[in-house]
Amino acid sequence: MGELRILVCVKRVPAPGARITLTADHQGIDTKNLGFATSPHEECAVEGAIRLVEEHGGSTTVLTLGAVEADEQLRYAVSVGVNAAVHVTHSALVDGADWDAQATARALAAAISPLEASDGVFDLILFGNESADSGGFQVGVRVARALGRAIVNGVKGITVSDAMVSAQRESSDGYEVYQLGLPAVLGVKEGLNLPRYPTLPGRLKSKKVVVPLLTADSVPGGLTTLSFDNAAEVIVQTTMLGTGPDAAPAIVDLIEELGLL
Amino acid sequence: MSSDFPTSAKVVVIGAGIVGNSVVGHLAELGWRDIVQIDKGPLPNPGGSTGHASNFIFPVDHNREMAMLNLDSQRQYKEMGVNTECGGIEVARTPERLEEFRRRMVSAKNWGIDARLVTPAEIKEMVPFINSDILLGGFYTPSVSVVDSLRAGTIFRERAQALGALQTFANVEVEDMIVENGAIKAVVTDRGRIDAEYVVVACGVWSPRIAAMAGVEIPLTPAVHQMIDVGPIPVLEATNTELGFPIIRDMDTFCYERQSSGSMEVGSYAHRPIFMTADEIPSIKESRLSPTELPITMEDFDPQLEQALELMPDILSTAEIKYAINGLLSLTPDGFPLIGEIPGVDNLWSCAAIWIKEGPGAAKMLAEWMTHGQPEIDPHHSDIARFYPYARNDHHVRERCAEHFNKTYGIVHPREQWASERNIRTAPYKDRTDALGAVYFQAGGWERPHWYESNAPLVAKYGVEDRPHEWDARWWSPIINAEHIAMKDTVGMVDLAPFVVYDITGPGTMAYLQSLAVNNVDVAVGRSVYTPLLDVNGGFRSDLTMMRLGTDFYRVITGAFDGPRDAFWFRKHLPADGSVRFEDKTSSFATIGLWGPKARAVMAKLTTSDVSNESFPYGTTQEVLFGSLLVRLFRISYVGELGWEIYVPMENARAVWDMIAEAGKPSGIVPVGGGVYGTTGRLEKGYRLMGAELDGEYTPVEAGLARAKVKSADFVGKVAYLKAREAVPAAILCTLAVQDHVSARDGIKRYMTGGETILTLDGNRIVDAKGRVSTVTTAGAGPSQRNFLLMAYLPPQHAVVGNDLLVHYMDETYPVQVVVAGSTPVFDPTDARMKA
Repeated sequence: MGELRILVCVKRVPAPGARITLTADHQGIDTKNLGFATSPHEECAVEGAIRLVEEHGGSTTVLTLGAVEADEQLRYAVSVGVNAAVHVTHSALVDGADWDAQATARALAAAISPLEASDGVFDLILFGNESADSGGFQVGVRVARALGRAIVNGVKGITVSDAMVSAQRESSDGYEVYQLGLPAVLGVKEGLNLPRYPTLPGRLKSKKVVVPLLTADSVPGGLTTLSFDNAAEVIVQTTMLGTGPDAAPAIVDLIEELGLL
Repeated sequence: MSSDFPTSAKVVVIGAGIVGNSVVGHLAELGWRDIVQIDKGPLPNPGGSTGHASNFIFPVDHNREMAMLNLDSQRQYKEMGVNTECGGIEVARTPERLEEFRRRMVSAKNWGIDARLVTPAEIKEMVPFINSDILLGGFYTPSVSVVDSLRAGTIFRERAQALGALQTFANVEVEDMIVENGAIKAVVTDRGRIDAEYVVVACGVWSPRIAAMAGVEIPLTPAVHQMIDVGPIPVLEATNTELGFPIIRDMDTFCYERQSSGSMEVGSYAHRPIFMTADEIPSIKESRLSPTELPITMEDFDPQLEQALELMPDILSTAEIKYAINGLLSLTPDGFPLIGEIPGVDNLWSCAAIWIKEGPGAAKMLAEWMTHGQPEIDPHHSDIARFYPYARNDHHVRERCAEHFNKTYGIVHPREQWASERNIRTAPYKDRTDALGAVYFQAGGWERPHWYESNAPLVAKYGVEDRPHEWDARWWSPIINAEHIAMKDTVGMVDLAPFVVYDITGPGTMAYLQSLAVNNVDVAVGRSVYTPLLDVNGGFRSDLTMMRLGTDFYRVITGAFDGPRDAFWFRKHLPADGSVRFEDKTSSFATIGLWGPKARAVMAKLTTSDVSNESFPYGTTQEVLFGSLLVRLFRISYVGELGWEIYVPMENARAVWDMIAEAGKPSGIVPVGGGVYGTTGRLEKGYRLMGAELDGEYTPVEAGLARAKVKSADFVGKVAYLKAREAVPAAILCTLAVQDHVSARDGIKRYMTGGETILTLDGNRIVDAKGRVSTVTTAGAGPSQRNFLLMAYLPPQHAVVGNDLLVHYMDETYPVQVVVAGSTPVFDPTDARMKA
């Protein structure tokens, strides 16, 4: 087959690992101390796209719906090897806030159609399985449906040959393999690959790329945010079993209790 | 609250980074017990600046105190087995930087650090992947090392624990500091209250927050230092070691490149200043990495990426940026650490704004200070008591730090002046000095004219030579020398508004001042005393003048640079019974100096009082009327001429300035700046300056300031002082004259700036019996005799008039000769002019 045209849809999310502080009115998150990153599943999608293009030739475009600050994530994708980036935004989109899955999917699908009309259909559109912050598991499916394409979620392996894509995902007993005709949509999961970091020249190149800025229609989705709350903190209790050789009997007891002996 | 958490301690140390750990180690070693150390983070890396530090030490520093702290720290790390020498090369892309390296050669020699200038080819040989085409040369220090600061901290704690001196508690947050009767009483934590006799704040970027809980300031700001880690790099991986190549400091781009096993750390001091407050730092839970490893703002680093690529294209073009942070570190308004007892709360000590390179040394300084009352290394620059109130707040800290952040690798002239926070303390007659074209230097926050452009015609009149080299002439003017000659020819008026004035009164005053001063202060009312104050070791703590204005009333005059430290010392020793009152009157009085052979003629026009030598002898003070205005005259001189210091209420100062200017017209009076007052005038007279010639490491005997007799009253440092008088001094303060200024390299006449090393004729540095190096303490012109003078302490065998030596300046040597050994003035040795 010929060269691949791949689109990766990404989302700017608070960098995972830190506790998220909420605003006093519980209507949003306090972004003051937050670092932001591309949602980890999508980092793997970006890496997967770059590798497919390295193998088959072609080009990758990265697309996001997000506040102006999401430009950082688009350029990050360029810095690791993506060829082009498109930014869909809306004046009502502030950093750290969210549109629901329905509105997001509508905006993305609306942006993808003209891109395909002008430059050709994307053979593959990759999503992360779910975003690291809101985790709705819906956007990829909704976009695929809007475009009338097949989608497989939970993908941890991708191979392309003869206008077909083979998507592999884990199941409880082994793995499942799906064969889809192109164009197709995949929702990938962390573990698909180990994403690369940018090189210095990559970072410098990403500064220069021109990112078209599109405005989304603000048609509300079906979900309304009422308020945010932090999950209850899990407190880990540590029990000292003893020190030195004296601790041995207690350790044996515990191992027995856990059914390991 | 758990039962093992202590409710009391001799000393609580807050912080378990390199500083807090070094402090508990040194306190324990000096005999302290019942030490409780707390940190809000986990061990061994509680999340402060230590945890993300690059951990390297470039020991050479132009400043003596910092160099001593660096070297002492490196020695301690080495003793603990956590110091890995890899060498370091500072590289130059510009000719100015090469010149700076020559200056660094002098500092290296000064502190006995092996260093050499290297060519681009030699750099390439040591670091094959460097692009030497863009380099002009380098400054190579083989002893540059990388230390394991976390391991060192653990060793310090373990040593203190082995002595039974220390309990450490991690994950304990300080909630309040309890102060009673002006002294620290307790630390309140989320695990309970600990009553303590002493508390040490050693928590880096969080220190200001802890200090604020006690109602005092630790003037530092958390500031971002950006760092990225780039790898993997095959040539580095192939070394199979943490450090296979020297560390590179790319000085002209304010960046460094330091190997870290298979990758390269690139750090930058080139970006815009990015500051936070202690309260803005995220908590541990809110931090993805640690509270001091913030998400990088990559756009600030991009220019440095290009420069790093230019320097090491072969290895950096394919490696990936694996780790990138906006790391937090501490910055202070003047770039020096904050060590010592914090003014305002007794027994509350600061050990903050300290980097890895000086951590253990700084902690040792603090522990010695807490134990003995004075550390071995003089703490003049690091003393937290050095700041005036205006310099202790966030605004000043940020203004100054914003200015000096990009000078971290900068080329800073010894006389360089700050651009920020100017015109905050000004004399009432500043419009007059402005009109005279005053060029101001800042002294204790005051704008003090250093010379007057209106005196430019005097340069030709007196035939003063300019300095041909830009560096030597920077922050200098030949007008200074011309003003000097003019003053000694006719008469000059000097703006001394920055003088610090303390009034000390009450029935206990005499006994109190006797207990501090070396010289007898029991003089007649109307007379004055010039005296050192000593620390417990017999080194200089201060050097000042007192006027006795009444039986129980002394006015103390001290210099603008030492005001806050002196105030701290006086307040600390006030008797508890309230019998002495200490008042800072600096803002009440302006001082104007009037000196020169025609000073008496001018004074006679200003007042009807008798100002003859008989009625108004040298060293005395009187109040007189200038018209309707009452002023205090003090017949004294720091410039060696007949005249007076005139103390004027602030609101009269402008009027009095005008009166003096008017009365002086027929005598040809000239305004004279601080260049004469602080340097040329004093050098010719051999007057010593606190912080230059005088510090805690030298005694009055060595400085030539010991009087024939010792007063009977006891005073701080007396035991050590008596001992020093018995012994042969290890060094004697001398004045030397430069014999030939012409550079062998380019034939240009060069003029030292101070801080240079004195060498023997065979080029060796001179170290006295106490291990102190003979260094130029002050350098400047002696315009009266058209010579150029240096002051330096020399061991007795060298402190001989006529002895020929060398001075090491910009990596060249110039012949010098001892012209005075001791305190006899070079010019007018009998003081006939002053006492006329």
